[in-house]
Amino acid sequence: MGNPEPISRASLYEARKGVYPKKVDGFFRRFKWAIMGITLAIYYGTPWIRWDRGPYAPDQAVLIDLANRRFYMFQIEIWPHEFYYVAGLLIMAGIGLFLVTSAVGRAWCGYACPQTVWTDLFQHVDRLVDGDRNAQIRLAQGRWTLEKVAKRTAKYLIYLVIAFWTGGAWIMYFADAPTLTHDFWTGQAALVAYGTVAVLTATTFILGGFMREQVCVYMCPWPRIQTAMMDEKSLLVTYKDWRGEPRGSVKRAMAHPGAFGDCIDCNQCVAVCPTGIDIRQGPQIGCITCALCIDACDNVMEQIGRPRGLIDYCTLEDVAAEKAGGTAKPIRKTLMHPRTVIYFSIWSAIGLAMLFSLGQRTRLDLAVQHERSPLYVQLSDGHIRNNYTLKLRNMEARPRRVSVAVSGLKGAELWTEAGTREGAGQRLEMTLPADSVTRVKLFIAAPGAGESESGSGARQDFTITTRGLDGDPRGDSETIQFDRPET
Amino acid sequence: MADTKDFPASAGGKRIDDATGTSTVGHEWDGIEELDTPMPRWWLWTFYATIVWALGYVILYPAWPMVDRATEGVLGWSSRGELQKELAADARRRAPTLDAIAAADIAELPARPELMQAAVQGGAAAFRVHCVQCHGAGGAGVKKLYPSLTDDDWLWGGDLATIQYTITHGIRNPDHKETRTSQMPAFGRDGILEPAQISDVVSFVRTISGQERPGASSARGAALFAANCAVCHGPAGQGGRAVGAPKLTDAIWLYGGDRDSLTATITQPRNGVMPRWNSRLDPVTIKMLAAYVYSLGGGEKLAPADGKKVDGQP
Repeated sequence: MGNPEPISRASLYEARKGVYPKKVDGFFRRFKWAIMGITLAIYYGTPWIRWDRGPYAPDQAVLIDLANRRFYMFQIEIWPHEFYYVAGLLIMAGIGLFLVTSAVGRAWCGYACPQTVWTDLFQHVDRLVDGDRNAQIRLAQGRWTLEKVAKRTAKYLIYLVIAFWTGGAWIMYFADAPTLTHDFWTGQAALVAYGTVAVLTATTFILGGFMREQVCVYMCPWPRIQTAMMDEKSLLVTYKDWRGEPRGSVKRAMAHPGAFGDCIDCNQCVAVCPTGIDIRQGPQIGCITCALCIDACDNVMEQIGRPRGLIDYCTLEDVAAEKAGGTAKPIRKTLMHPRTVIYFSIWSAIGLAMLFSLGQRTRLDLAVQHERSPLYVQLSDGHIRNNYTLKLRNMEARPRRVSVAVSGLKGAELWTEAGTREGAGQRLEMTLPADSVTRVKLFIAAPGAGESESGSGARQDFTITTRGLDGDPRGDSETIQFDRPET
Repeated sequence: MADTKDFPASAGGKRIDDATGTSTVGHEWDGIEELDTPMPRWWLWTFYATIVWALGYVILYPAWPMVDRATEGVLGWSSRGELQKELAADARRRAPTLDAIAAADIAELPARPELMQAAVQGGAAAFRVHCVQCHGAGGAGVKKLYPSLTDDDWLWGGDLATIQYTITHGIRNPDHKETRTSQMPAFGRDGILEPAQISDVVSFVRTISGQERPGASSARGAALFAANCAVCHGPAGQGGRAVGAPKLTDAIWLYGGDRDSLTATITQPRNGVMPRWNSRLDPVTIKMLAAYVYSLGGGEKLAPADGKKVDGQP
């Protein structure tokens, strides 16, 4: 970057400069290993967890059943009309990112973002096949020998297997995983399954194998948004230039004690960077704060017997304090400041509210629609009949026996399409199939105008109630009108 | 940093920015300059790929608007063609259900809920096209013109087979032998009854339907009713479905139950007409229409109490 080419050769389009990060070990590298292990295990493994819900519901712990419009997550089952729980989760995810960003900066980018995790994985494959940084550079610049062809083929094949595995795991969230796996390999799965795997294999292969840091630098809006959310109290990977500059090798520092800073210009921080930047140029959009340069620099500092932390996580406030000769704030104080506390409060309040409402929700639900055409029907015995459409939602994974009753309508008789008016009373019982919405056409007959409670009124309010008859008496009710001819 | 603060002629007078090594676009606004940051190569190749894609698309699919239509693509694709395909696919999808409905005895439909459900849905669709003009969107009819199909009172009978027969052959179609037909005499217009006698019959009819208390007029009307009306409407005014004579004892009046309306009806009856539908609709649609009308709330079970045959023949 700092080495401009002659302007006559400058092109409007820039070829990618290869990034060949060097292997490094240290606290943050191990932390990244752990995060990678956890996130990949969650991604690949979750669809295979089984969760018994009885005979009427799938036994997959996490399942987005688009065909039947159900979302299962362990004990929780979400129907389309409860989508606000998903909206709530998304809001929590958003605020969670605000929280993380205001406390520890671009930690999402550095550790947990899928682009970072898969790029990291693919870079390990590079090292496995081609060797470490120098071998990779040699191979990339070398001529196409048999060895290079073999190594490239092997590498791309491994990329492809990982990419295919990634795409394959994705579709497992949308159908029963063992069944889908079987169907997939026997050619019986839906076309959309093959299409999704193909697309995700291609994107993983291209984004993880080739575009890598370009996705972060050119394509992703998130670094820009995060930049706006950080402040002088957010942790950043920082090169302490007041300690490091001017740079000089160990030999020169020995020759001229006091003339040089701690940085020996060994370039290890650049060599290990997965996005190919030089952290010593200060904060920049290409820095995903993966902290591998901290590991690299600490290792060097230890070898030459200088204090660690020449490159370190620092807030801008710490930078100012240390430059002025003071010390950084303790980590607890750095993390706990008003913004993080406010974000955390909002985040946990939404979470608690959702948990509370999840615990309170009834799984038997009623919606009534009054038929408008005709509004009422004159019956031959002088009674008036109104028609209603009931939608009874049984959200439990078992068939349920329920009652439907009316109150507030004197002399009402209830029957459904399946029944007749003979022997009809104020109450009905029916069995609702498991996990479904049952539409019932309900007929209600009541005495004509003169005999109603409210006298001459052409319109009267009454209530339809449904209750469970199998132990859980919770249910739902709705108030609706009964219409009579105007007299 | 290399020494590039100059404005080399080769760059068209553009400056190279020290911090980034990138050339500027060559303009300056109040001291603010814009970097001419190079686009990544992959972006360029993606751009070329979209051009290639567009060329292929223009050849394969309808693209260029001409005077009255767009150019047809090599593939011959059109959204109209897609619609035809979807309609054909839908017809294929419905065929087994329609065949099953056609094969089923109409009286057995209620015992097969999934078939009944399908028939009611199909009937509802046909009803909206062919029947709502007179009988109204929900089958509620029009007061003093067209009967309601949702109540529990039927002129010709309200079980499935009877409804099917009525729809098939219509009511009072002069050109059709099997049509349901009957004619109430125009007692007033043709001078069969005097206006005073008609008034007495009205009194009697309003008495048996519970709208008036019995009196001298209704007593005179009873005799006239027995002589003139009972043959069709029954001795007690209970109606006669064989001839489509309405029940006179209930609360439902097609042409009105007040004195004026009844007087008008007896003076000059309406003798309503419904077209026969077997000349316009196929038997399955008629069967589904019958199922829909039956489902509106007034459908009667088979084997009515008056011992009428259940096959729909009067």
